[in-house]
Amino acid sequence: MIAIIDYGVGNLFSLKSSFAFLGKEVVVTSDPAVLAQADHLILPGVGAFEDAARKLRESGLDRVVLSEAKKGKPLLGICLGMQMLFEKSYEYGEHDGLGLIKGSVKPIRNVISEDLKVPHIGWNALSFRKEKSPLFRYIDEGDFVYFVHSFYGADCDESVIATTEYGATLTAAVASGNVYGTQFHPEKSGQVGLAILRAFCEM
Amino acid sequence: MITKRIIPCLDVKNGRVVKGVNFLGLADVSSPVKLAQFYSECGADELVFYDITASAEGRALFTDILCKVAKTIFIPLTVGGGINTVEDFDRVLKCGADKVSVNSGAIRNPSLIGEAARKYGDQCVVLSVDAKRVDGGFRVFAKGGREDTGIDAIEWIKNGVAAGAGEIVLNSIDTDGVKKGFDLEMLEAVCNVVDVPVIASGGAGCQEDFVTLFKTLPKVDAGLAASIFHFGEVAIPDLKQTLKANGIDVRITQKEG
Repeated sequence: MIAIIDYGVGNLFSLKSSFAFLGKEVVVTSDPAVLAQADHLILPGVGAFEDAARKLRESGLDRVVLSEAKKGKPLLGICLGMQMLFEKSYEYGEHDGLGLIKGSVKPIRNVISEDLKVPHIGWNALSFRKEKSPLFRYIDEGDFVYFVHSFYGADCDESVIATTEYGATLTAAVASGNVYGTQFHPEKSGQVGLAILRAFCEM
Repeated sequence: MITKRIIPCLDVKNGRVVKGVNFLGLADVSSPVKLAQFYSECGADELVFYDITASAEGRALFTDILCKVAKTIFIPLTVGGGINTVEDFDRVLKCGADKVSVNSGAIRNPSLIGEAARKYGDQCVVLSVDAKRVDGGFRVFAKGGREDTGIDAIEWIKNGVAAGAGEIVLNSIDTDGVKKGFDLEMLEAVCNVVDVPVIASGGAGCQEDFVTLFKTLPKVDAGLAASIFHFGEVAIPDLKQTLKANGIDVRITQKEG
């Protein structure tokens, strides 16, 4: 069973639908017992880092995510959910993340030229880093995925498994052991996105 | 680099796609789910669904259809038509829409843009504008282009973006339906005043019109059309290849060779 962690942020309709479409048993839940039973965890998120991190902490689900990840359970953070895996975010201030991925989250604006629009919204191509991650076993380098973000994962060289080009080389996906994160939205990235989710389900 | 987007637009009435859909080989050409699937497989980068029903019954049916589409199609979906309140945003977002487009609803109540942007984020709010040349300027028209509001389109769009609109769909009434190309002059005037994505709508008649659009106005992010896609006059996979051959970054989904 796949469990999508519901901590009160974002619209989980498409995410849930994409796993159902793949024929997976999927639940949206904030129940620690269900999260403990699940085989795979998804940490979603849209909106502001500070607000989302606070909601995750206040619900106590941050501890559940950390303990399940430490047990070796596959965990996938998506978009802001990926950013929350990092140690810190500098989105309007300085905020602590879960610390499962070494690095910090910084404004895209700092590294791209003025004539490029922020947020980085739309379809962009993936470049793989190092060996091809098992997360990408069903897709190819150069495949397109859908991004919507104004901040990016920085100082995370050792965990980067894919990048994308937008006036600078931006982190597109990270991995550290059983913990994965995608800055893009696989649930909105057509067949390529579904293939990534399928690969994650097989871990 | 981020790619230019090609967006087919579907008008939905009482749960069926209406207006000029004529596909060979599609058994049920008015099924929103089938058409959405078809376009998704063709490489459409996003889909826009306009609810053109007026009744509450039609609205409920539309929401139901949207859910069905969002359960099988995993590309960004934008919904417009009948969006007058933040509750309308909520209604369609819960059914899998990613972006919501406001037009007449924002003209009647301009604060809708800001309210929705604060609640759902700028990236979720699309300001759709029907504009036409009047007295040497560009004027906002309401009621599907029938009524001159007297509002200057450039000012309206500037204010809309300042209030939180994350994307602009500019439909030129002057070029719409003429099939002689997009309204480059009007689009340029808009691109010069906003820094959010601008989607060109109205006037595309052939592949070259898209090439001209993106070559002349690199700031335009996407081209939207309806009937030329529905009638197969422009096939999206061919269009993407043509754009690519002209040095324009597009998302190619079908593997070569």
